[in-house]
Amino acid sequence: MLDRARGPNDLPAAPGVGYKPQHYSDILADPGPVGWLEIHAENYMGDGGRPLAQLRHLSERFPISVHGVGLSIGGEAQLDPEHLARLQHLVGWLNPASFSEHLAWSTHDGHFLNDLLPLPYTDATLARICEHMDQVQDTLGRRMLLENPSSYLAFDESTWSEPDFLREISRRTGCGMLLDVNNVFVSATNLDFSPQGYIDAYPLDKVEEIHLGGHDEDEDDHGRPLLIDSHGREVVDPVWTLLDYVLERTGPKPVLIEWDTDVPDWPTLRQEATRAQVALERIPA
Amino acid sequence: MTTSQSTFHDALLDAAQPIPLGLSDGQARPAGRRFSVYRNNVAVSLTEAMHLAFPVIAKLLGKQNMDGLAGIFLRQHPPASPLMMHYGEAFPDFLQNTEQLAHLGYLPDVARLELALRRSYHAADSTPIAPEALALPPEELVNARLTFAPSMELVRSPWPIHAIWLFNTQDDAPKPQPGAQDVLITRAEFDPEPQLLPAGGADWIQAMQAGQPLGQAHETALAAAEGFDLGATLALLLRGNAITSVTTERLEP
Repeated sequence: MLDRARGPNDLPAAPGVGYKPQHYSDILADPGPVGWLEIHAENYMGDGGRPLAQLRHLSERFPISVHGVGLSIGGEAQLDPEHLARLQHLVGWLNPASFSEHLAWSTHDGHFLNDLLPLPYTDATLARICEHMDQVQDTLGRRMLLENPSSYLAFDESTWSEPDFLREISRRTGCGMLLDVNNVFVSATNLDFSPQGYIDAYPLDKVEEIHLGGHDEDEDDHGRPLLIDSHGREVVDPVWTLLDYVLERTGPKPVLIEWDTDVPDWPTLRQEATRAQVALERIPA
Repeated sequence: MTTSQSTFHDALLDAAQPIPLGLSDGQARPAGRRFSVYRNNVAVSLTEAMHLAFPVIAKLLGKQNMDGLAGIFLRQHPPASPLMMHYGEAFPDFLQNTEQLAHLGYLPDVARLELALRRSYHAADSTPIAPEALALPPEELVNARLTFAPSMELVRSPWPIHAIWLFNTQDDAPKPQPGAQDVLITRAEFDPEPQLLPAGGADWIQAMQAGQPLGQAHETALAAAEGFDLGATLALLLRGNAITSVTTERLEP
């Protein structure tokens, strides 16, 4: 049974980082302000070896957030029962402080496309996503968080705004929100809306975790800026400003730095975490 | 206008397909290049995954050729699950069926070796026997059966795949010479190590895996290779923590 009282609320309102194996020894020796770690669920679904040994050890020292990238919550087909069972196994033995996934799809026709693909915001999509979320939360026996995507395009058929769509998913399923502030900035730039307006409309009372990451800059066919959510560099200043805007409204929350490509050395990543700590310390608890 | 995931999926994997209808830049103009961001994410991330999974194949082919082959492979064989640690299982057969690579006959077996190394890396942990567990009286030893660690792998080839692998991963390794090689992969703790098996070693391990008692497996190996050295094969397995149990048949009353 779903224990709604037992939320994914066990992450501290401190900086966290996306865990990379090359930082294993450095994190244990000198975590700096880092108070928790996030892992990608799919990288820890092997049977044994170093990845699981490291995770077991890290979980004795840090609260762990399990972040799925492969469930395809928004897929038109049923959720893959084998993958859901693997997730249940991981969450079962690890008992992480939080589990989260994406408002996206990634699998179709038995093919996993290794990217977070966009969804039209319609009543039909809403019903399907809520059904999948209920199934995940019932299987795992815990509440999950859902993350807003980075958008590069819009669907003509959409009838909901993204903040309203997310609010309604939370209302129907009881899930919490993972607010990716960089994704808001990327989508707002790409689709030409106000990021502050998005935040104002967003279900901030449901936010239990915040993501920050770096993006790349490109242009569309008309020479307009097209930002790519690459997670391959520092968080830019306007995103830090947007983080302040969010934290002033939510109070202190767990804030994660994501850096997944061109992964830097530990001091560089720790420095980003320190910047998140400074932002958190400015906000009264 | 609804844009199905089926249409989206097909257009993602095939750049010759038109960009699906019903997608815009948010200002009522067609999505255009914006759709290419997703095409690019899929192709680049899967190509990178192939480079990570098959570094020796990538080195043998060169980056440009590997990029090109990965681009064809990922469209014919997209990942079948979100576990990217298993991606590329179909790559050895793909290489074997690629006519332009027929003159590089060793490539598929080198790719099988790289796949086996990755399987070993992620395989379940196990507890090895102490070497003393094999110190049995001869009549018991010939009846002994062994089980092996899940991380143990065997790759047999008519090509010198161990030498090719070493030559492309270590600075001081000698140039490969022609000849068949059987490779034993063991994972003493966390790092899989490919080792060259002596003649008959792979026949003996396969016979033991098939459930033959040690004496019979020894004869199988001797029939395959006259000079089979059981001691050397056992030493490789013991050093790699690859033997997980020894059982000897006892006649129950």
